[in-house]
Amino acid sequence: MNTLLDELKSAFANAAVAPGGGESVKPEASALRVLNVQIKGHQLDVTVTAGAVVAAAELADRFGFAMDTITGVDWIGSGEMEIVYDFFHTQHGSHLVVRTRVPRDNPAVPSIHRVFPGANWHERETHDFFGIKFIGHPNLTPLLLPEDADYHPLRKDFTNAA
Amino acid sequence: MQLEHTVESDNPTQSPRETFVLNVGPQHPSTHGVLRLKLVMDGEYILAVEPVIGYVHRMHEKMGENRTYVQFLPNPSRIDYLSAMHYMHAYVGVVERALGINVPPRAEYIRVITSELNRIASHLVWLGAFLLDLGAFTPLLYAFDDRERILDLLESVSGARLTYCYYRFGGLCNDVDAAFVEGARAFVKHMWPRLKMYHGLVTENIILRKRLEGIGVISAELCRKYGATGPVLRGSGVACDVRKLEPYSVYNEFEFDVPHFGDGDCMARYKVRMEEIAQSLRIIEQAIAKLPIGPIMAEKVPRVVKPPPGDYYFAVEAARGRFAIRLVSDGSEIPYRLKLRTPSFSNLALFGEAARGLLLQDALALLGSLDLVIPDVDR
Repeated sequence: MNTLLDELKSAFANAAVAPGGGESVKPEASALRVLNVQIKGHQLDVTVTAGAVVAAAELADRFGFAMDTITGVDWIGSGEMEIVYDFFHTQHGSHLVVRTRVPRDNPAVPSIHRVFPGANWHERETHDFFGIKFIGHPNLTPLLLPEDADYHPLRKDFTNAA
Repeated sequence: MQLEHTVESDNPTQSPRETFVLNVGPQHPSTHGVLRLKLVMDGEYILAVEPVIGYVHRMHEKMGENRTYVQFLPNPSRIDYLSAMHYMHAYVGVVERALGINVPPRAEYIRVITSELNRIASHLVWLGAFLLDLGAFTPLLYAFDDRERILDLLESVSGARLTYCYYRFGGLCNDVDAAFVEGARAFVKHMWPRLKMYHGLVTENIILRKRLEGIGVISAELCRKYGATGPVLRGSGVACDVRKLEPYSVYNEFEFDVPHFGDGDCMARYKVRMEEIAQSLRIIEQAIAKLPIGPIMAEKVPRVVKPPPGDYYFAVEAARGRFAIRLVSDGSEIPYRLKLRTPSFSNLALFGEAARGLLLQDALALLGSLDLVIPDVDR
């Protein structure tokens, strides 16, 4: 029914088997390790390994998706930090969600600002709120918080009664 | 981005090219709020821009995580206070989606009417403020006169003139009365000739056209890379509107167009918003004509709101573009995560790239044409 999402889904599924495959794929694409792909209504929900977010963003870019937002979710119970990338399409009512999880004690993922320059601010904001490091980010300094902020208020163990 | 004061040559015989850093804001009339722009200037030309934001950061997302769903109800309207109805719509929408509540048609129709009235009011503020930036004072008085009628109408149903808290999970807090319906009808009738007057007074004005045409061109590709939406994206020729692409509420029951102009300049964004006022009037006309009779609240709304665990997403077309909420519920009375995706944030993000190489005065025209609400950027 929604052909764009079906194509995107199979693109993710195909890219996932690329490592070790005979085809000559770009090194970034070969890093795409997809853990789960699911279509929910108009939304494609993809879970990838942390190293694969750039390849996933490139795929979103190739299918004409636009940068929606980036955020984190602190799963303190399981000691993980989830990073959620949202993309919307400007011509279809389709939505792409890319998720990845990293260990909570040292959360880091590659930056996608080279694929979507708009990710620059979203990544800075996510770093502000959760302390997630975006490797390769040109300017990972506080954006919304004060310039000397060394705390991350959306971490579930953040306590500041002030 | 290098922002240091640089002197390429200190030998006066070699005609040194000196740059300097110019601060606009955080308190400046053209930034309409506490936004600071660090501009690296070469004379009157801009070499680089760094917007500095966060001056009115209130951490609405944290507030969402330490109070119940109902307690957060007044917050969304404080994020973008000019687009309060749309933000309320997104918040009640995401909770209704999580709870699986079906909202009665009358409530959805009233939501559409009030949302579209709010969109017109927001565009009228933009019109007045934008022209004020460009040096035209009079249109502001006309625009605020018309806006006043909308505020009176919305005050009569919601009790507030700006930060409405009118929608509830499952419906509305008050039904509208005959006076409101009559007032909305009268406003539409009043607004059509006024819109024509604005076009004669402003759109055709040669000074305005010289200030806007061909100035601050933003490509559709730049919008896509930065996630710019709303009139900014539609001014770059992309007919992208959440009301059409991902219809929510009862928007699929109305006939309306998505105005878009391909020039990508300030004039195109101006024309998009003016045309959107007309489209909102069309929607209100249809909604009043078809306004169903019936309840304004869903029957089964739990007293204690506890959405089932999961991840929910709801986007609306606010006056400035796509506003979306991602709600992560762990099944408790308090949201586990409430992400607010605001349009002004993304629309401002591209300013640094779009303003490079412009004259200072043209950059301020570009800034005005983005229609930023700074508390919406900072949240």
